[in-house]
Amino acid sequence: MIEKNIGSEFTEVIAIDKKQKKIRLNRNEIIEKIPKDKLIKMYKDMVRTRALDEKLDSMLNKGISLKQHSTYGQEAGPIGAIATLDQEDYILPYHRGWAWAIGKGMEPKYIIAELLGKKSGCCKGKGGPQLANFELGVLGRSGVQAAHIPICAGVGFAINYRNEKKACIAFFGEGASDNGNFHEGLNLASIWKAPVVYICENNLYMQFDRSNETNSVKDIAVRSIGYDIPGYIVDGNDVISIYHIVLKAVKDAKSGKGPSLIETKTYRTGGHTGMDKTHYGGYRTKEEVNKWKQKCPIERLKNDLLEHKLITENDIQEIKNKAIDEMNISEEYAVQSDFPNLDDYLADVFCK
Amino acid sequence: MEREITFASAIKEALHEEMKKDKDVYLMGESVRHSVWGVTRGLNKEFGDTRVVNTPISESGFVGAAFGSALLGLRPVVELIFGDFLLLAADSIANEIAKYRYMCGGGGFKAPITIRVAGCGIGTGAGPHHSQSLEGSFLNYPGLKIAIPSTPYDAKGLLKTAIRENNPVLFFEYKLLYGVRGNVPDVEYTIPFGKAKVRREGNDITLVALGHCCYKASIAAEELSKEGIEIEIVDPRTLIPFDKDTLLNSLKKTNKLIIVEDGIKRGGVGSEIAAIVSEECLYSLDAPIRRIGGKDAPIPGSVYGEKLMVPSVEDIINACRILKSEG
Repeated sequence: MIEKNIGSEFTEVIAIDKKQKKIRLNRNEIIEKIPKDKLIKMYKDMVRTRALDEKLDSMLNKGISLKQHSTYGQEAGPIGAIATLDQEDYILPYHRGWAWAIGKGMEPKYIIAELLGKKSGCCKGKGGPQLANFELGVLGRSGVQAAHIPICAGVGFAINYRNEKKACIAFFGEGASDNGNFHEGLNLASIWKAPVVYICENNLYMQFDRSNETNSVKDIAVRSIGYDIPGYIVDGNDVISIYHIVLKAVKDAKSGKGPSLIETKTYRTGGHTGMDKTHYGGYRTKEEVNKWKQKCPIERLKNDLLEHKLITENDIQEIKNKAIDEMNISEEYAVQSDFPNLDDYLADVFCK
Repeated sequence: MEREITFASAIKEALHEEMKKDKDVYLMGESVRHSVWGVTRGLNKEFGDTRVVNTPISESGFVGAAFGSALLGLRPVVELIFGDFLLLAADSIANEIAKYRYMCGGGGFKAPITIRVAGCGIGTGAGPHHSQSLEGSFLNYPGLKIAIPSTPYDAKGLLKTAIRENNPVLFFEYKLLYGVRGNVPDVEYTIPFGKAKVRREGNDITLVALGHCCYKASIAAEELSKEGIEIEIVDPRTLIPFDKDTLLNSLKKTNKLIIVEDGIKRGGVGSEIAAIVSEECLYSLDAPIRRIGGKDAPIPGSVYGEKLMVPSVEDIINACRILKSEG
């Protein structure tokens, strides 16, 4: 506040402070508070996501055409976040990875069928990688970056309008946070105290270029200040940290405190898409990629679960085998399915 | 009982009735509580601020947000103060709203959203960014319905239908129609989409006119009648769905067609209608199809200049005289 009436000799200018505050957390304490079945589910879902990515890559290598913006390395973010939600909560995802789809309960066979454009796919073959599932609360995945950010604010508006206790999480990358819709959406969510959580997965690259060239800030979470909402930065490769902070944000949202912006610091160890062959030793150094491969979120949670004696090596192997089997069956299902016919392609432009 | 009320009042009545009937209907837009055009003024006093929502200057954002609420089953009626602002919300409308149900595979995905494209066309010297007629620009996005009323009766009936529609509707309101008075019965009624209205019967020329041009055409018709030229005015009411049959029936009688719109002539609604008619009954026409539309320049910022850029009553009369003499 600029003080009034301080005399004609002086005036005041206010400089905005950009301080960040580090909050130290005890991971073991967090782990002990999470129900065991939830921890196991998070592990299973990350393993299944990895298996799905590997399955899709193998299909690409066989010459099958499909869009594969792989999850590799970024499994923790959406799975840790979605683990904090109730069944009736919503998500609005983006193109990166399949962790949000698996985490929200979408079945791989309908995902792969959709990627192949088959009628049995979750979007009847019309969406391709733009997956959706109304019953599970996956409210669509726009092909336009950041378009879903104001849509998420509107979902929150509707939840408030109906006096419900639900939340919606929107996922996007650091590139999308430069888009006008990010700014309009966060402003709207803030003024409406929308029960939403905005999760920005900062993986340092916008397609083939380093994001520090195009983001005006190093930490996207700082943009929360502009919308008067809480902002947090978290280790995007640690599902435990993510679970902890997103749980807080979701509780805040559901108790009427409004939205938060959470930035996960992470990295994709695969290419932008499955067709991107220059991500390793091309536009990114092998050293950099290898450094991040050491921080595999699946390995980290596995070690946590072993340490806390919540899982055995046998369980781990079984989970992996089951995941591979599941993806094999899903591929088979998808490949055997039929394509839509022209009448199908003309359907659902309007509803009754 | 019939009463005469303004186009603006008719729209307000439609909003009032639909908000009363269905708690999921709510209004959103910039200054909708005070209301630039007066249309939504005071509705918040009856329905509360939660149902009449003032938005920031974020057309792309609040149209997208309204759509997000529609995904959960609310029925937003969003106002864009000037038709020109459609362009700010173009991605939200043409890419998200129009395509969402389709690309999500149908099922539970619905977009029961009405966008009131208010303040269209010339009339207040508001200049290039506040005077456009953009209905022609939005014909190309499968998944949108378009309504464009020309009378108070139609405004009320079409808006009620739009709000009850489970699909997205762009509802075009022309500035110069807001003050026009017309008969509106005080009983419950709606007007279905896809049914054009023959405003005036005549044997010589079929004249298709949109929005305010329909009003201008009716004035031109009186003048032309004195010269023994009887024009039949066909008001499409909705562009999507478009009633082809009423138009073709009219042409069986007149075999001459002219289309009048305020939007830019090139690539406008007239182009589409002319092409449809050419496909359907070219050989039975007695003269080439004529279109009158907005001139090939932005609308200048004065009440004097803007009038020269869109079809006038005089332009319509002259065009009809020429068409009558052809063939």
